[in-house]
Amino acid sequence: MATTISKPETLFGKRIRRQEDPRLITGTAVYLDDIKMPGMHHACIVRSPHAAAKIRAIDTAAAAGRPGVVAVFTAKDTGHLGAVPCAASLPGLRVPRHDLLARDRVYYVGHPVAVVVATDRYLARDAAEMVEVDYEPLPAVADPEKALAEGAPAVHPEWPGNVAFTFHQEGGNIEQAFSEAEVVVKQRITSQRLIPTALETRGVVADWRPGENSVTLFSSTQIPHLMRTLVAGILGMPENRLRVVTPEVGGGFGSKLNVYAEEALMAFISMRIQKPVKWVESRRENFTCTIHGRGHVDYFELAARRDGVMLGLKLKLIQDLGAYHQLLTPAIPTLSVLMMPGLYKFQNVSADIVGVFTNCVPTDAYRGAGRPEATHGIERMVDILAAELAMDPVEIRLKNFVGNDEFPYTTPTGLSYDSGNYAAPLRKALEQVDYPALRREQAQAREEGRLMGIGVSTYGEICAIGPSPSMPAGGWESATVKIEPTGKVTVLTGASPHGQGEETTFAQVVADELGVPMDDVLVVHGDTSVVQYGIGTFGSRGTAVGGAALFYALQDLKAKVKKFGAMLLDAPAVILSGGSCVDERTGKSVSFAEVAAAAYHAKRLPPATEPGLVSTHFWEPPNFTFPFGAHVVVSEVDRETGDIRIRRYVAVDDCGKIINPLLVDGQVHGGVAQGLGQALWEQAVYDENGQLITGELTDYALPKAHLMPWIESSHTETPSPVNPLGVKGVGEAGTIGCSPAVVNSVVDALSPLGVRHLDMPLTPEKIWKAIQGGQA
Amino acid sequence: MIPQAFDYSAPQSLEEALGLLASGDRKILAGGMSLIPMMKLRLAAPAEVVDLGRIAGLDGITEAGGFVHIGAMATHHTVETSPAVRASCPLLAETASHIGDVQVRNMGTLGGSIAHADPAADYPAALLALEAEIRVVSAHSDRTVNAADFFLDAFTTALEPGEIVLEVRLPVEQSSEGYGYEKVAHPASGFAVVGVAVRITREHGRIIMARIGVTGMGPHAFRARAAERLLEEGAAPERAAAVVGEGEEANSDLYASADYRRHLARIHARRALAVALSRAS
Ligand SMILES: Cc1cc2nc3c(=O)[nH]c(=O)nc-3n(C[C@H](O)[C@H](O)[C@H](O)COP(=O)(O)OP(=O)(O)OC[C@H]3O[C@@H](n4cnc5c(N)ncnc54)[C@H](O)[C@@H]3O)c2cc1C
Repeated sequence: MATTISKPETLFGKRIRRQEDPRLITGTAVYLDDIKMPGMHHACIVRSPHAAAKIRAIDTAAAAGRPGVVAVFTAKDTGHLGAVPCAASLPGLRVPRHDLLARDRVYYVGHPVAVVVATDRYLARDAAEMVEVDYEPLPAVADPEKALAEGAPAVHPEWPGNVAFTFHQEGGNIEQAFSEAEVVVKQRITSQRLIPTALETRGVVADWRPGENSVTLFSSTQIPHLMRTLVAGILGMPENRLRVVTPEVGGGFGSKLNVYAEEALMAFISMRIQKPVKWVESRRENFTCTIHGRGHVDYFELAARRDGVMLGLKLKLIQDLGAYHQLLTPAIPTLSVLMMPGLYKFQNVSADIVGVFTNCVPTDAYRGAGRPEATHGIERMVDILAAELAMDPVEIRLKNFVGNDEFPYTTPTGLSYDSGNYAAPLRKALEQVDYPALRREQAQAREEGRLMGIGVSTYGEICAIGPSPSMPAGGWESATVKIEPTGKVTVLTGASPHGQGEETTFAQVVADELGVPMDDVLVVHGDTSVVQYGIGTFGSRGTAVGGAALFYALQDLKAKVKKFGAMLLDAPAVILSGGSCVDERTGKSVSFAEVAAAAYHAKRLPPATEPGLVSTHFWEPPNFTFPFGAHVVVSEVDRETGDIRIRRYVAVDDCGKIINPLLVDGQVHGGVAQGLGQALWEQAVYDENGQLITGELTDYALPKAHLMPWIESSHTETPSPVNPLGVKGVGEAGTIGCSPAVVNSVVDALSPLGVRHLDMPLTPEKIWKAIQGGQA
Repeated sequence: MIPQAFDYSAPQSLEEALGLLASGDRKILAGGMSLIPMMKLRLAAPAEVVDLGRIAGLDGITEAGGFVHIGAMATHHTVETSPAVRASCPLLAETASHIGDVQVRNMGTLGGSIAHADPAADYPAALLALEAEIRVVSAHSDRTVNAADFFLDAFTTALEPGEIVLEVRLPVEQSSEGYGYEKVAHPASGFAVVGVAVRITREHGRIIMARIGVTGMGPHAFRARAAERLLEEGAAPERAAAVVGEGEEANSDLYASADYRRHLARIHARRALAVALSRAS
């Protein structure tokens, strides 16, 4: 027993380097493809080269006879298994059966048709070429608007017209808003298809252990527990006989928030061949077979008064779904509708979604998932309105923001915004760039014939997804905290971080709450046999929901620690301070390690207290959280070539309380990079026949380090009342805030030429043509 | 991303290599920066690759008789940083610095690049502007081809079966010369959407010699001879640049249409000329 009390230093809010980085940057982390097992076989998937075709016959004999090949599987072998699941449901939703392997028809380029299994991956790849599939090509349709046109080829023959669902939502009185409007602006705005392109492609290792009657499935995924439930369902096996382990995940961005055919196929194959089997996706497969993001054609109409007060917004949203529904495909555009009013207080909205089948790989959640599309829409429309009214885009925003005294604020789409101070980040960003001076510089530039633009986006987003009623499989999160007998602390989180850095932020929270050194805390995740059930990491929920679960688990545990401390000190009550239990009357204390030892050795127990120091908490969030922020982009366009140069990128984000500013900046930077990707470079393009013509990294232009502008990132902090940490979530903010700021800036640059709108990506030729058109 | 099975040989001498290349379905492996991706995508599937990397002396850079000789196996990085190249034909060093990224420049070779003849490769523009001569040899021949006669079409050169590029010869730049290379890099591949290499000599304020090589715009790199002539006749650079690409076929793809490419070739010819003029003493 000691009697010194050291004043604990809180780690909340400290810029602390990530605990996970040393292993990641020294190459000692274990990714999926690093897993090797004795007797492991390799699978290669035969995929359709056609976007639409009938399968007349499949001849696997030649492939099966190749050296090293142990088996070739087709739908004949897997037909009895369940289908690739879609968890989203909407009234009247048409759900095509999504077989693991195509039966008699293929629906997109890359559709899996057969699996070849061999003793090494080279032999598997060579043999895959020998599988003969007799196709009868059929007309395909790859563009959602063309798919809706009269006489378009039916993606699924049973549903001519290609409509998978329609969905209507409205709030307030849209008719009245438009009849009272003094001005209405309309614009068709697209959010192009994007390829998530995680650095690490997907991959699966399945290991059937006959003695244990169980399968261990290693998968590069964001959702180990949901995957366990769903894959067990596909295979018809008891869930507790399937263990899903998530090794290090090299990026997900939503593309690994899914269950694909390959997970179930590998588990099935391992059971059939009685050997472990590995499949690692190639980059070409990643581009053609892993979900794409976005794929919107939006028709907006915004009604306003001449003084700039917005009255109502109408949206017709055409969502390119692709050929099937993946896990959340049809739900993504409904998120866009929820967020369509942005930060503005007009109370009248009406939205109609048409979900359209195309002969393309399915779309699904990609960083931002529905919210970037919504934000891009409203933020472009506000600028278009400002231009129409010859108002300053900043002024019109300030005029329409939900006021600071209006929280919690109910939106016409039925959300309750938790807290906000929407003008604060905008004002901060404008101060940083000296907005009036910039406008003066712009006036001068215009006189010289230069095209300089200033673009603003004030975004809101919906995070901490989400309360369980809004989620197909629950929206809570879980945490277990174990104080080990030596006083070290182990956290098991049901969130499955894969780059977000919760091993660090959660350790900070634990260190603060228990007063232990951060190095004593280990955060474990991603193994369904080790970690209690959890939902996973997506929708900027890891810290805002998983962190709250952790916080409450810590409170329970602290109470128990204090009981043991009081017992050891013979005190009626103790406080926790500096890693010790302290008797405030005497100043005497017992260390954490002493308390832990006492709890496990259990020679004496406090009244009505069991041995051990473990606590588990499942936390159900009462609401989403609603971060917001302002991004300002200063750009200059080369009049001769259409090249865009981003001169300044200022991001002021408000994600509630900040646990670790270094990590928040990292999230903002990565998010902005992906937003810039959409704004300037990236587009997944299918040709008329459904062939992906941006099928390689040489055609699909990802943001690269040397193309990035300097990002000036800072914050305002408006705590969320939704969770005890006051945090909101920041994983997607950068992406959501970025694209409209960039496009607004470039359109502003071109506005003297009469340009009012441009769709993304803003390729130089597109800009050059707009300049030509404007000058003509 | 897994190539078909292939054999590999690493001859120790040029004779041995040429002997191997005289027959069979064999391909040279130099830096592998183009060949290996093509094999991984199964766009190329040679039965055997013949690695030139173990043959000593194929990557030398020497200066003699008013020419710089660069061995085919010299890497882009070597070309970029060679004191001889920088002093005697800086246009080529500058062009090399625009190729890919550091890793690619450390592996890729001059000979491999020109033999591959990607229509969007950088070197061809400079080699045309420099009036380079390319020495090609086989088991039973040894000849020299002018750069202007070497690049025939996309991925097609004057090389006959069994022939390899041995070295590239470039005239040493006169002190009165100016040069410039302007490139529009494709945001995904980094290759040239358009690249314009310019070399000029100015005497008493007049351009007396102009050479303009254009890559990326068409199916193969070409010399903008009409523009060269205009410059030598005393036309203003803007006027000369405006005819670059006239009468030449232009490529069109998702990123840049034929019209836009031609337009870019002209704008960047003008810009490269401005740089060259500023450098010409
Ligand atoms: C990521 C990336 C980016 C790139 N960016 C650019 C760029 O911006 N600009 C650019 O110009 N290039 C670029 N390249 C291509 C690069 O310059 C290659 O190095 C070059 O095209 C081929 O040279 P190599 O030595 O790698 O040849 P290899 O790939 O080994 O061979 C290419 C072809 O040439 C043949 N060959 C090789 N050497 C000889 C020889 N001596 N004689 C006859 N035939 C021969 C081979 O058989 C093969 O057919 C890029 C490549 C990569 C991978």
